[in-house]
Amino acid sequence: MAIYTDTVMDHFMNPRNVGEIENADGIGEVGNAKCGDIMKMYLKIENDIITDVKFETFGCGSAIASSSMATEMIKGKTVKEALSITNKQVVEALGGLPAHKLHCSVLAEESIKAAVKNYYDKNGIFYDKSQFPCDYNCKACGN
Amino acid sequence: MIYADNAATTALSKTALDAMMPYFTDYYGNPSSWHTAGQKAKEALENARETIAACLNCSPREVYFTSGGSEADNQAIISAARLGEKQNKKHIISTAFEHHAVLHTLETLKKQGFTVELLDVGSTGNVTAEQVKKAIREDTCLVTAMFANNEIGSILPIEEIGGACKEKGVLFHTDAVQAAGHIEIDVKRQNIDMLSLSAHKFHGPKGIGVLYAKTGITLTNIINGGAQERGKRAGTENIPAIVGMAAALKEATGKTEENAKKVTKLRNELINGLSNIPHSALNGDTKNRLPGNVNFCFEGIEGESLLLLLDAKGICASSGSACTSGSLDPSHVLLAIGRPHEVAHGSLRLTLSEENTEDEIKYIINEVPKVVEYLRNMSPVWKDLLSGKRQFVL
Repeated sequence: MAIYTDTVMDHFMNPRNVGEIENADGIGEVGNAKCGDIMKMYLKIENDIITDVKFETFGCGSAIASSSMATEMIKGKTVKEALSITNKQVVEALGGLPAHKLHCSVLAEESIKAAVKNYYDKNGIFYDKSQFPCDYNCKACGN
Repeated sequence: MIYADNAATTALSKTALDAMMPYFTDYYGNPSSWHTAGQKAKEALENARETIAACLNCSPREVYFTSGGSEADNQAIISAARLGEKQNKKHIISTAFEHHAVLHTLETLKKQGFTVELLDVGSTGNVTAEQVKKAIREDTCLVTAMFANNEIGSILPIEEIGGACKEKGVLFHTDAVQAAGHIEIDVKRQNIDMLSLSAHKFHGPKGIGVLYAKTGITLTNIINGGAQERGKRAGTENIPAIVGMAAALKEATGKTEENAKKVTKLRNELINGLSNIPHSALNGDTKNRLPGNVNFCFEGIEGESLLLLLDAKGICASSGSACTSGSLDPSHVLLAIGRPHEVAHGSLRLTLSEENTEDEIKYIINEVPKVVEYLRNMSPVWKDLLSGKRQFVL
């Protein structure tokens, strides 16, 4: 289908890092089944480095591709670097997404942030709350 | 490629194409012209009208050519509304699972002061003549109910609904876009005052349709201009498409029973095969159902990704998920029969035609479960369902 770029289709057909990490250091789940997209991100963090990352997604082709791309973008990076990933960068890496699918990239960004926040909370790490403005329970797919 | 999206559109039949070709290449005259070339086109136009009238059991004068089903629906409903308001009747009855061509037209009328009552279609997705009878008021100017539903294939009791309207003296319109050419239509016997159809749903060309309006019903123009279609629909007639539509409808009407028998058999095999997928459910009326319609919900997955993976396997299908509609909400039809949002997102529609084969059905039955399982394995919703964190609906 020409709805998606080749990169999106590649990440959809052959998603990277699918699955679950047992005893993950941070888990973030965003989205809402009612709107048709839920992303769950698992992080393994050692010495502030994301050593492993896995995802599970209920959603459309672009949601699965966005999650897959996001995991690739943060693997091996520092937590701070992972937090700086924006949905725009995910879209660029995918070679673009149709306008009505941009919320999928927002979910990818938010799922990383939610997983990091969970890691901070679990480990009692102090952080600036303004970094996490979203409550990760978006009723209208990213709005 | 296996084409299983015949409710979206169908392949053009060879009969229709052959009938059309000369009107592209040789007889290109404008039917409004007085010269021979024009009159040749005019003759084709009127022959097509007669053919279509014979298929519907109406008079050729009651057949108006439009750009398709949507335009015919718009014109029928607006015409009935304009006639109604002259008598101070501004109440319209329809159903909750109509096509948007009907629902959005009704929305427009609501803004103009009309009251619209959408009948509940229940969990099986149908309405009864009793429901219609009960809903008719003194000020009802129109009942518009689809002949068959485009998503879940329910066939409505049109003859009975038409009978109820006739008894109460209310105009009855039916959107027969999914029915025409697939199940029998007889506007007289079925008490139909107005009917819409679209050629490309029965192996005719795209961009052409019919509005049947019983003699005595004054239509309101949607397209203004020249005096084509007895002044009720302006614009030079699309002669090749009209000729192709007539040929396709005649061909389909002549084989309705034979095709329905063949397609119903394929459909039942497909339904039986897909029913083996755990936590799935067939959507729609099991008995009163279009021969080619199969519509399932699979819990825990989203429909668009299902379509993409099936497409990669060479299967063309469709879904009522929000992602394929371009809106945030899934199919209004699936919501109308009571499917929750998250379940409606995981729907798959496969619509067959007489051109599908047993082997194709076997292939689909083999591939769909694999794709569903693959997507479920990466779905956090599915995992929550299995762990009991979420409750199974299906």
